[in-house]
Amino acid sequence: MDLRDTPDEAAFRGQVRDFIAQNLPETSKARGARRFEESDRSWSRKLGEAGYAGLTWPKEYGGASAPYSHQAIFLEELARAEAPSHLGVIGIGMAGPTIMAWGSDEQKSRYLSKILTADEIWCQGFSEPGAGSDLAAARTRIEDKGDHFLVNGQKVWSSFAHIADYCILVGLGLPDEPRYKNLTYVIVDMHAPGVETRPLVQITGHPEFNEIFFTDVQVPKENLLGEVGGGWQVAMTTLLHERGTLGFALAATLDVAVRKLVALAKERGVTDPILRDRIAREWIELQGLRYTNYRALTTLQKTGIPGPEGSISKLVWSENNQRLTKLALEILGSHAQLTNGGSESDGYWQYQQLRSRGNTIEAGSSEILRNIVAERVLGLPRSR
Amino acid sequence: MDFSFSPEQDDLRREARAFLEANPAPTMDQLAELGWVGILKSDDFSFLDAAVLFEELGRALYEGPYVLNEVAAQPDEDVWSIEIDGFVPQLDAVDRVLRPDMTGATATGEVLTTVDETLGLGRLSPNGADPATGDWADVRRRLLAALALEAVGIGTKALELAAEYAKEREQFGKKIGSYQAVSHSIVDGYVAVELGRSLAYWAAWCVAEGDEQAELAAVAAKAQAAEAAVAACERSIQVHGGIGFTWEHPLHRYYKRALWLEGALGYGREQRAQVTQSLLLS
Repeated sequence: MDLRDTPDEAAFRGQVRDFIAQNLPETSKARGARRFEESDRSWSRKLGEAGYAGLTWPKEYGGASAPYSHQAIFLEELARAEAPSHLGVIGIGMAGPTIMAWGSDEQKSRYLSKILTADEIWCQGFSEPGAGSDLAAARTRIEDKGDHFLVNGQKVWSSFAHIADYCILVGLGLPDEPRYKNLTYVIVDMHAPGVETRPLVQITGHPEFNEIFFTDVQVPKENLLGEVGGGWQVAMTTLLHERGTLGFALAATLDVAVRKLVALAKERGVTDPILRDRIAREWIELQGLRYTNYRALTTLQKTGIPGPEGSISKLVWSENNQRLTKLALEILGSHAQLTNGGSESDGYWQYQQLRSRGNTIEAGSSEILRNIVAERVLGLPRSR
Repeated sequence: MDFSFSPEQDDLRREARAFLEANPAPTMDQLAELGWVGILKSDDFSFLDAAVLFEELGRALYEGPYVLNEVAAQPDEDVWSIEIDGFVPQLDAVDRVLRPDMTGATATGEVLTTVDETLGLGRLSPNGADPATGDWADVRRRLLAALALEAVGIGTKALELAAEYAKEREQFGKKIGSYQAVSHSIVDGYVAVELGRSLAYWAAWCVAEGDEQAELAAVAAKAQAAEAAVAACERSIQVHGGIGFTWEHPLHRYYKRALWLEGALGYGREQRAQVTQSLLLS
């Protein structure tokens, strides 16, 4: 056991810090509320050119074949500098690994490198108005018309869809087959006729997500991943990667939030022992999350398989983020309603608190994550 | 960065668990034969090796003075306990008592009745005291880490019992573990214990390395791990239903030990007050 960076890790961390210091435009700093800006694409291109996109991707696909620890360090440093993520998070973390696992050689050479360079942005078409946690209930039709697929339906909660070039889409391919054997997984060109995206305004007042409507969209046969009716297995690969690489980014963003909370408490001179007790709890649980991730990372590096520790990261992060943003509002006290009340309450915490309510819903609701831990980690019987 | 125990430490854990399952109430002589006594005074071992033993001893509900004797780390061959918040665990089972003013006293005094009947908690009677070796801040830090590690052992075991029971017990024609009201409670217990485990191992590493964060790590680990152990036992009792509330079932023994760990060196809020003090000053 040695919790310090190895010489190699320390050198890499230094490189990343220098890169961010020299290349991150001041205006690109992650703000409370943001939607896509062109500056994000140039920042993403720079990350790609410097080799920081797809760090753990194999070299043959344009990645760095770097150890997972480098990916963790990169995400930590990015969050610490409050720098925006690469625009291709869905391409890098989900679509790319899925294409590597299931795609043809043509698909790999066609799509993978442009994900890293941010030349092509990807979005995810999984959730539907009638199918959230229950992905197997997806009803968007992906009909096999012989020389093409015909797509009709609606997807929702799709980040980046309004700027995306491609969508990884799961829908009903074989309606007469039973559950888990009836789905089909295709790559859809977001610029094809019949694809329409609409911004979805959230409780924060900001349209971070989108709805996507597909009306008689023709998708070439070569855009299939896996088999017709085999979409469930392909989707599981995507979701494994969604949760697999998430933990470090989450702990790092929580680290930033706790630092801001402590700064706010100092500025406000918090003496109330109840508030002080709760501030300490947030700091302690952050350290617990950080070192739980390190345990998971060590298991991953040694065995190639994520350890059971990793499955709790998102659950802990989401609930802690909700608690601490609420705590910040309590520290603001009578200013908590003001969103333009001066430097300390310029709306940052108010936005973060509202936004945090989505944390226990997006990327696997807390109820689903508890089911996963219960069944796969603790070996309890299935609940359904 | 490598956050795992070494293969030798994993072996030590396996040996310790097997030994303690066969010998749930070992004497100090038996532990000395295993080479466990004095490991913190030996150059061949670190606090991380001791950490493995402390966690396993917690899991096994060990009743003797071994952990406190190791934490006290006095150079002589006597068996030591430590005065904690004015009381001395295992007073009748030790030769000497280390006090927070870093004096050593002969272990005489009255043993009191306690909720956890295995503590042997006593009040030292006034007697001559000699200067002891070391610094109380170091002893306290080691003790906080050791208490956290014992708590991790207790919490883990209590949740294992809960999960085993939920897989077997049937009501309304189904295993109760298939009901989310039951399974999600066990999961929440598991999450808290795993955070506590990460903190306790972090604290153990910091203590072993003399890391600058050792103080905060030890304080944080004790607060989180002890509260998680208590909550794990409470959840486990609830999952077991009536049987979990009986004297014949072992759960109450884990629960009472966890309650002792939670209060020793102060309840969580006292440790958290120290954390906030440090955060807001720096």
